[in-house]
Amino acid sequence: MSPASLVGTGGARVQIEGVHKEFPVDGRSTPALVGVSLEVSAGELLCLLGPSGCGKSTLLNIVAGFLPPTGGRVLVDGTPVTGPGPERGVVFQEYVLFPWLTVAQNVEFGPRLTGMEAARCREIVARYLDMVGLREHATKFPVQLSGGMKQRVAIARALANNPSIVLMDEPFGALDAQTREVMQEELSRIQRLEHKTIVFVTHSIREAVYLADRVVVMTRSPGRIKEVFTIKLPEVRDRFAPEFTRYEAAITRLVKEEVAMVRE
Amino acid sequence: MIRTAAFAGVLVLWGLVAYGNRALALMNPVLLPTPGEVVAVAAPQIRDGSLARHLAVSSLRIVEGFGLAAAAALGLGLLVAVWVPARLALEPMIEFVRPIPPLAFLPMFLVWFGLGETSKVAFIAYTTFFPMFVGISASLSRVDVMLLRAAASLGASRRELLGRVVLPAALPSIVLALRLGFGLAIFVIVGAEFMGADAGLGNLIMEGRVFFNPAQIVMGALLLGVLGSLANGLLLAAERRALKWRALP
Repeated sequence: MSPASLVGTGGARVQIEGVHKEFPVDGRSTPALVGVSLEVSAGELLCLLGPSGCGKSTLLNIVAGFLPPTGGRVLVDGTPVTGPGPERGVVFQEYVLFPWLTVAQNVEFGPRLTGMEAARCREIVARYLDMVGLREHATKFPVQLSGGMKQRVAIARALANNPSIVLMDEPFGALDAQTREVMQEELSRIQRLEHKTIVFVTHSIREAVYLADRVVVMTRSPGRIKEVFTIKLPEVRDRFAPEFTRYEAAITRLVKEEVAMVRE
Repeated sequence: MIRTAAFAGVLVLWGLVAYGNRALALMNPVLLPTPGEVVAVAAPQIRDGSLARHLAVSSLRIVEGFGLAAAAALGLGLLVAVWVPARLALEPMIEFVRPIPPLAFLPMFLVWFGLGETSKVAFIAYTTFFPMFVGISASLSRVDVMLLRAAASLGASRRELLGRVVLPAALPSIVLALRLGFGLAIFVIVGAEFMGADAGLGNLIMEGRVFFNPAQIVMGALLLGVLGSLANGLLLAAERRALKWRALP
């Protein structure tokens, strides 16, 4: 088994076409997303940014197949999404590890389901635990891990299943500021190796500018796309570079405008 | 350490009250047997093996009745959790029968199943089924939807969700329901053996009542306590082994 064959394959294209979502609130149907159309190219890291309640997580849940859209559709490499599937890995804010499984067993959950032989499962687990720096914690249970470690396991679990798309719903939102930056750096490093298509939901502008190829700013309820920024910064980014700050400032102005409009 | 001391303390207290009562003649000493009298009643029955037989008979009835009920509660709980029509059909019926005190049906069990073992086992099974079913079906259908989403996005089919997520996630609550059911089985064995039994701890207690032998009643009650705590200890140990992922430092 050559090491190259353990490396995950790259990303798929995601097309979001006129997606509409309404939720019943007090017996009345209330729009959460209105006419969202977006294309994410293969291997792109796209950040969905917006204030809480703007429907960005709803959009991610629709792409994941957890929620059906009220209107419109989502295509993955041309195939409509009808439910959750292994080609779309998900990383949740609250980790959602299987608490009765060890770290290694969590990571091999997906590969095991495909009927992969045990030896190859072990190689994959070892590779992804190495990637997130948790090899020596393989036999621990989730209760024994810190928040940052749990989220690393969750990322390893998603990647070990070799999805073409990774959907991340505020994955670093529950972590402290230092851990959060370390995790952002790790994700950026992993992405340079794996070239997945990543849709990353966040309300942190700095996080979006640090990670994204493009940042999609959404409006507050009902959610629609306000503006799309293409971040033309080098792959390895410096949070203190003047261009980084310029992007941060431009997006901050836009988001403030959005929050102010709601207040009026 | 504390547990042993507490047990010893209660024994001493009992002795003080019982022997004190005897010395001061506060109430008829026959009504409050001393530890010595209980031992005196137990000794010949231990020697001739009849106590062991009573214990064995009751234990077997408990294990059989509880085992039947646990199997039924697990099977129907699963069915109700995965198949909505079964839930709609079964739950209202079970919720109607459940609040009726089982003792109300005890005479019917004797009529239906006769005076032999079947009526006792069936009565224990009937009594313990309901709380176990309610606990198990609730824990199976209340598994965190996020765990199901995580597994589904890793490629789990419906069947795999059941086997690899729903069952392990619900296991702590299932074990708890089984423990409660087992406790209840020890609770109701006495009632089942009050009527038409020729052996068992309940029968022993009934005999103590009929022949006015309070020491024998106390002995039967104490043995039930020992049986219950032994069983609970075993189940707890099994639980700790199976669920070690919950309590790690």
